[in-house]
Amino acid sequence: MLAAFGKNRALVSSLLRGGNGGDGASAAAVWAVSKRFMSASGDSITVREALNSAIDEEMTADSKVFVMGEEVGEYQGAYKVTKGLLQKFGPDRVLDTPITEAGFTGLGVGAAMYGLKPIVEFMTFNFAMQAIDHLINSAAKTNYMSGGTINVPIVFRGPNGAAAGVAAQHSQCFAAWYGQVPGLKVLVPYDAEDARGLMKAAIRDPDPVVFLENELLYGESFPVSKEVLDPSFTLPIGKAKIMREGSDLTIVTFSKMVGYALKAADELAKEGISVEVVNLRSIRPLDRETINASVRKTSRLLCLEEGWPQHGVCAEICASVVEESFYYLDAPVERICGADVPMPYAANLERLAVPQIDDVIRAARRICFRKQDKRKATA
Amino acid sequence: MQGIMESIQTLCSGDHGNEGFMQDDEDEEEENGVGRLTSWAELLGFGLAVFSEAIAPQLQCFCDRTLGFAVGQGGSREAWIKAVAMAMSLVRKAVKKGWVGALAPAARVMSQALSTASEPITLDIPVPFKAHKVETPSVTVETSAQELTNFFKTMFIMRRMEIAADSLYKSKFIRGFCHLYDGQEAVCVGMEAALNDKDCIITAYRDHCTHLGRGGSVLEVFAELMGRKDGCSLGKGGSMHMYNKKGGFYGGNGIVGAQTPLGAGLAFAQKYLKVEGVTLAMYGDGAANQGQLFEAMNISALWNLPVIYVCENNHYGMGTAEWRSAKSPEYYKRGDYIPGLKVDGMDCLAVKQAVKYAKEYALQNGPMVLEMDTYRYHGHSMSDPGSTYRTRDEISGVRQERDPIERIRKLLLSNNIATVAELKTMEKEAKKEVEDALSKAKESPSPDSDELFTHVYRKGYGAKAYGADRKEVVVKLP
Repeated sequence: MLAAFGKNRALVSSLLRGGNGGDGASAAAVWAVSKRFMSASGDSITVREALNSAIDEEMTADSKVFVMGEEVGEYQGAYKVTKGLLQKFGPDRVLDTPITEAGFTGLGVGAAMYGLKPIVEFMTFNFAMQAIDHLINSAAKTNYMSGGTINVPIVFRGPNGAAAGVAAQHSQCFAAWYGQVPGLKVLVPYDAEDARGLMKAAIRDPDPVVFLENELLYGESFPVSKEVLDPSFTLPIGKAKIMREGSDLTIVTFSKMVGYALKAADELAKEGISVEVVNLRSIRPLDRETINASVRKTSRLLCLEEGWPQHGVCAEICASVVEESFYYLDAPVERICGADVPMPYAANLERLAVPQIDDVIRAARRICFRKQDKRKATA
Repeated sequence: MQGIMESIQTLCSGDHGNEGFMQDDEDEEEENGVGRLTSWAELLGFGLAVFSEAIAPQLQCFCDRTLGFAVGQGGSREAWIKAVAMAMSLVRKAVKKGWVGALAPAARVMSQALSTASEPITLDIPVPFKAHKVETPSVTVETSAQELTNFFKTMFIMRRMEIAADSLYKSKFIRGFCHLYDGQEAVCVGMEAALNDKDCIITAYRDHCTHLGRGGSVLEVFAELMGRKDGCSLGKGGSMHMYNKKGGFYGGNGIVGAQTPLGAGLAFAQKYLKVEGVTLAMYGDGAANQGQLFEAMNISALWNLPVIYVCENNHYGMGTAEWRSAKSPEYYKRGDYIPGLKVDGMDCLAVKQAVKYAKEYALQNGPMVLEMDTYRYHGHSMSDPGSTYRTRDEISGVRQERDPIERIRKLLLSNNIATVAELKTMEKEAKKEVEDALSKAKESPSPDSDELFTHVYRKGYGAKAYGADRKEVVVKLP
């Protein structure tokens, strides 16, 4: 391994400086080395690896699939999600674009209208606002306006929501914005299995898919089964997953907050509150059946999201539960969301602007009408 | 054609020979048929019909009374002298009664048609091209009688269709927006003459005629405008959202300028899939200042995409004249590093030449800009009288001097391709075609209520969609 590293060090540094890595064989060697560095063990992969392998496999299976975005090629991806793809598939299928979201997004949508299957990466979904007209008016609505004759099989992907310390213009969550639009599908993976299965399903889907990832999840490792690693693995679009079964309270959430909900559930279990955690996986279509079935079982709902509360995803979930499962509720529905402020930079303020695990625990106790902390004091 | 008509009438009047065999209704049929005879094959066929129906029996009769007589009399010298005398007298009668004279125009037209229907005619484009970073194409254009006649007919149908749409809007059959193309017909008709089915067109909201040019029917345009089932988008799109994927027409786009990067994407796909075709991304002088247009131009030049940016400069972006919205209204130069041509957009042949040239260029070298200098007679849309920002004199001036249909009419007449009467017949037919389509469209029903929820997705996975009253209307999307 060290020998291989030494041999390829010059190549790697040339690549990082923006070169094109020399001939194909050395490039492949670099890619093989970097892949070995990326995966921890055979049973467990990071979300980044999950996305990378999903895109890789779909590009191998269907020559119409191509990737484009800023820095997806020679830079190996701003967050390394597209690492190695340029070397494997070449510059005709992995395209570095200029910093012109409106232009390249429109180009992607046009290519999809013709019949190709583009994967358009936004460095973050904050920048997609520059191109939002194409996502909504050119992509989402075209199949309907054309009476079903022109569909748009495109995937828009990239990090969404808050990262760490990137401040107001780089931290917005767009799940509610895109989730409102008929004609779009909006997916929100949490772990590696979600990332692989939903990405493959999104690429194969004949409609425009907004794929909202999370930057802080890219590096997290999750155990995956052999089935998940199989190239034919996909997950159904529009189906939520019960991450943890429970009987006292349903927490419905998505993306990074699923991890928070699971941690909160562990804590709450110590004081006898059994929490069922629903990982939405899909904002649109929204799995109202799973949500309502869970709430009818537990009779209590807590919605959790990182984005702003007003007109947010949680607002829709609460409305759905009140409309369909009112008589099953033993307590008012509640939401834990981001604060109604642009994201501040200072670390302490940033912590106050997004939900913390303690917020989830406090709300859970409130919903279960528990006032005291019944955990055993640690010495 | 007039000559043929007269000859048939003379031949058929029945008092020259034994046979007055052509019926009156056949006369009428031929009268209507005359207008359609533009290809040499059709003319030859018609000539043969005239010959077999009108001339041959008379010839038969002539032969009977001369040769037949002589032979019947035993072929003697006296018989032959009598036969010759009879022949001369018959010929004199025929000339006196106008037969021979009547046959002449028929023969002339037939021979003309046989040689000239698709034979190339060379014409010069009167208004020169202006070029930016490229050589101008030649002003000498090759066309044919057939092509010019088709230009006339197609543009006339488009003109009638748009005028009919105007009345439909005023009688409230059409709602919302209706942007009419009359005046600009030469652009889409000239373009089609240089394109084939591998090429794609994408345009903005002034798309009724462009849709027609790509293979759409007048019926489906009218039905779509009125929101009926038989519309090209099943009534769910309306004036601004007409599409024909098989014909390579991608709309019909309501957001100004959005169609330009979409067009670059279509060209990208053509290049990716190695289709030897180009995409024409059309936009107006109003959209020519849009940022996304320049973003699209940058990428398409960088990646050598086979896209031609066609600026239909009708000099007004809604109500704002070009000099009030663009610092540089020389739109053919606005591509900067992308070469451009300025074209007389009221001249089908100039448009055809420019697009042919640009297509060859784009397939090898990447994008080009074509600025079509054109004009719209109507306002921006049906809610715009079109006279608050320009003078009526300007509009009527363009109509008198530059109208695209009149230009082709003059060419057809001056090149003896059609007579005034023939053109009138063509116009009558076009009007009838449009009227028939209109009445059929009016009979088309509105879409069924459950069409509200169809085509939201190509694949809906049974997801639920709700109507206004969520408890009343819940549908599983197919």
